[in-house]
Amino acid sequence: MAGNMIIVGMADLNVTKSPGALTTLGLGSCVGIALYDPHSKIAGLAHIMLPDSTQIANRSNLAKFADTAMKKMIDDMVRIGARKEAMKAKIAGGAQMFAFNSTNDNMRIGDRNVEATLKLLRQYNIPLLAKETGADFGRTVELYAEDGRFLIKTIGHGNRVL
Amino acid sequence: MTSNWNDMHFDILKEIGNIGSGNAVTSLAKMLNRKVDMFVPNVNLVEFKDVADFIGGPESTIVGILVSISGDITGIMMFLMKMESAHALVEIVMNGMETSEVWFNEIELSALQEIGNIMVSSYFTSLAGLTSKSFIPSIPYLSIDMANAILSVPAIEFGKVSDRALFIETSFAVDQVNVGGYFVLVPDMPSFKTILSALGVE
Repeated sequence: MAGNMIIVGMADLNVTKSPGALTTLGLGSCVGIALYDPHSKIAGLAHIMLPDSTQIANRSNLAKFADTAMKKMIDDMVRIGARKEAMKAKIAGGAQMFAFNSTNDNMRIGDRNVEATLKLLRQYNIPLLAKETGADFGRTVELYAEDGRFLIKTIGHGNRVL
Repeated sequence: MTSNWNDMHFDILKEIGNIGSGNAVTSLAKMLNRKVDMFVPNVNLVEFKDVADFIGGPESTIVGILVSISGDITGIMMFLMKMESAHALVEIVMNGMETSEVWFNEIELSALQEIGNIMVSSYFTSLAGLTSKSFIPSIPYLSIDMANAILSVPAIEFGKVSDRALFIETSFAVDQVNVGGYFVLVPDMPSFKTILSALGVE
């Protein structure tokens, strides 16, 4: 792991320039949203927990929700020199960690986080280059600002680069 | 009381945690039919982002058992174990049979599921006794994965109302072998109110 790897916590987000890198550990039902501007080599990574801030009373943490996190991350990237029009996205996570046979919407939160993220990317007109979502296992991701490389690590389900 | 819990609410949850985890270890001892020494549980309110650090770090592999609760009170309850503890408990349950060293086989997985089930159900039995409310626990669901990934499930459920979770570290010794586990209690908001008013608060 490079020395300049910034750790993004749960319900947290951060941005960096090349040669920096961002990582978030153990995404379960949460979704890791990686945005990248290949021209300025600026990257942003958010670890969101819930799809929609408007449904929730306690929304002080912008990074917790897909909608508010996406907006803040784009703003933060633009502030350090990225262009929204150049941004590309890769996403990972949204697993269902426990094999519920449930119609309870709360238990499908992984799917809902992924759906909300995809919808937001369409709204912001940011192309999705790759995604690895769903299934029933956790994922650690690393995003490199140098080339937008998105590394996914798992326990027992292999590692890959998107 | 939509999003702000005060210290008194948390104190009550803590006390419930003490009683519940004590009951759980007693039940486990009965099932194992062994002498189990229990240590004083550590009951904490922890920010979700820090919970994984108590169980070896966000990426460490842990065993998680989840039971969802319906009835008068709804929500989810988890029992978590580090891999060392899970292996030690499986060894005790399998009573001298050869056990896996790294991962678990089918029989060991169902043993773990049953251990989790007993821990969680007896916790809820004591909560039911305290509150005179009824609970219907689901079957236990098991997942072995990165701590953060497993914790994302209660974190999300709790994240709607609070960034803190009731985290109970329970440790005990079975025939001098130290094992331990962690309860994470996540009642949903209306249920939390039900618990409090059943206990005569508010």
